[in-house]
Amino acid sequence: MNRRWAVPAAFAVAAVLLFAVAPLALSPFRLDQLGRYLCFAIVAVGIGLAWGRGGMLTLGQGVFFGMGAYLMAMHLKLADAGPGGTPDFMALISSDGVPWWWEPFRSEVVTLLAILLLPAAVAAVLGLATFRRRVRGAYFAILSQALAAAFAILLIGNPTGTGGSTGLSGFRGFFGFALSDPANRLVLFFTAAGVLLLVLALVRQLMVSRFGELLVACRDAEERVRFLGYDPANVKTVAFVVAAFMAGIAGALFVPIVGIVSPNDVGIVPSIGMLIGVAIGGRTTLFGPVLGAIAVAWAGSALSEQFPSGWTYAQGLLFMLVIAFLPGGLASLAWRRRARAAGPAPVPAPLPATQ
Amino acid sequence: MDVLVTQIFNGLSGGSILLLAALGLALTFGQMGVINMAHGEFIMAGAYTAYVTQNVLGSAGLSLVVSLPIAFAVGGVLGVVLEATLLRRMYHRPLDTLLVTWGVSLVLQQLARDVFGTAGVDVPAPGWLSGPVELLGFSFPRTRLFILLLAVAAFVALAAALRYTALGRRIRATVQNRPLAETSGISTRATDRLTFFIGSGLAGVAGVALTLMGSISPNLGTSYIVDAFLVVVVGGIGQIRGAVIAAFLLGVAQSWIEYSTTASIAKVLVFALIVAFLQVRPQGIFTVRTRSLA
Repeated sequence: MNRRWAVPAAFAVAAVLLFAVAPLALSPFRLDQLGRYLCFAIVAVGIGLAWGRGGMLTLGQGVFFGMGAYLMAMHLKLADAGPGGTPDFMALISSDGVPWWWEPFRSEVVTLLAILLLPAAVAAVLGLATFRRRVRGAYFAILSQALAAAFAILLIGNPTGTGGSTGLSGFRGFFGFALSDPANRLVLFFTAAGVLLLVLALVRQLMVSRFGELLVACRDAEERVRFLGYDPANVKTVAFVVAAFMAGIAGALFVPIVGIVSPNDVGIVPSIGMLIGVAIGGRTTLFGPVLGAIAVAWAGSALSEQFPSGWTYAQGLLFMLVIAFLPGGLASLAWRRRARAAGPAPVPAPLPATQ
Repeated sequence: MDVLVTQIFNGLSGGSILLLAALGLALTFGQMGVINMAHGEFIMAGAYTAYVTQNVLGSAGLSLVVSLPIAFAVGGVLGVVLEATLLRRMYHRPLDTLLVTWGVSLVLQQLARDVFGTAGVDVPAPGWLSGPVELLGFSFPRTRLFILLLAVAAFVALAAALRYTALGRRIRATVQNRPLAETSGISTRATDRLTFFIGSGLAGVAGVALTLMGSISPNLGTSYIVDAFLVVVVGGIGQIRGAVIAAFLLGVAQSWIEYSTTASIAKVLVFALIVAFLQVRPQGIFTVRTRSLA
């Protein structure tokens, strides 16, 4: 197939699979599961941009995912409680009523705006603070991980506000639609599928744009980009913000599909877990992170149904083997074959030089 | 005044735990550029070593002293195995060492869960460490004083070894200029392995100390690893003394903020303080000028 048509063709195949094949072939339960995997795939697209293209290893995507999720969960809880009402779990723990910082999220518009803007804003602050001061590589990874730790601790330490370690669950409606209705759940699945295709298209445009070239240049030779008169800090911050934006949306979709969000979905462990699919699929490619994330999420639920502790071993081994022996992910196998077929022609530098 | 002394002591005590967890990292991360996420699980392994030793010996009084060298060896061997099998091939990819060792840490945690169970186990403190010490009208728990002394002793021993022994000279030479060290007849490969042995062994010692603080469980390491890395980052990469200052600063800041707010808010504020500090000194408290890392 001509390479020019490869990407649009992949988009078309994905759209047909997601919108026609999956709803017909899967039971409602499996469709919900696939919807959950799609949420992780949306996060993976952002990680592919920030880590694969930009060389920023972010161990804190769970924070942005969690912000989107908790904002959505707060709104759903308030909507279930009715105007002026207090969510059930709060009424059980204390009689003080709804905390002031919950009140704005009674409004649908405020909630949606906050989901779109708040994770991005936090990412912008952290990104500028670190990249401006040329904190990068390992330092950035550790800081983003500390952010994830701090966020999870904050959620757990505040049971009256965020449900503590049990999190928020038991949602009945979704913007006026009953979550128990299979037709509404199908709409939720289509929303997740549509958002996934949209963020893929967005990243595809970013990758082929001048910005995409600058981002790769920052990854491979940041000093040279600086000498050419660009500010790498801004380039990297934009990529980091876009990744956070996607994670926030994914979190917001995750809540009505899965029906619960807790610190277990947002701390250090899930934040790093979000990377494994990206690494396996191929961090520098467009579709690799998506396919990897879906495959890993699927393998995760299939294996942990069978062997509860087996999945942790498998996940650990996958990390070790893929990163140590196949750092380009499965996609790099395809490059190697293509490179061998093309003879000694220059290979498009597959391995990101992570400093 | 009472509050002041108590808070400072709590801070120093928390800082000494951070220091024990971070000393080994300052060596393996700071000196060798390997981000070892499994360091936390080496700490856990040290703690379980103390547990096993105590069960075998049956006496709390002796087992603490005996388990310190054993835990050092256990942590060290784990580190050397990790270095020889996986890290060897990826010294030029520090970010990837983070992910590989994360995989190792997942496996070790699950292994601990399968062997020792998910629930925490207790390692009773020996009799000579029970009760407080009265000093200048204040009373300090003996266990915490012991940890403080242990941390200071570990630091002094490490600093002295790096400065005065032949091995220390070889480690410093390898870190500063690997090709030149190699040309001068130093086996950098053996040096790397020994450095890793010492760094990981210190994690084992930290684990033994942690058994004095409370019960130990398979996710013990996860709760210390992030703070330990922050200590190294704030202290300045490759700077053992930076780690000391950073550990005690963070310990005191944490205990101080915790006193006026809550533990979870203190964590978040300390993180914000660290990001703010890196705006002023992105390279940490002390700077290394000889090489750029990461």
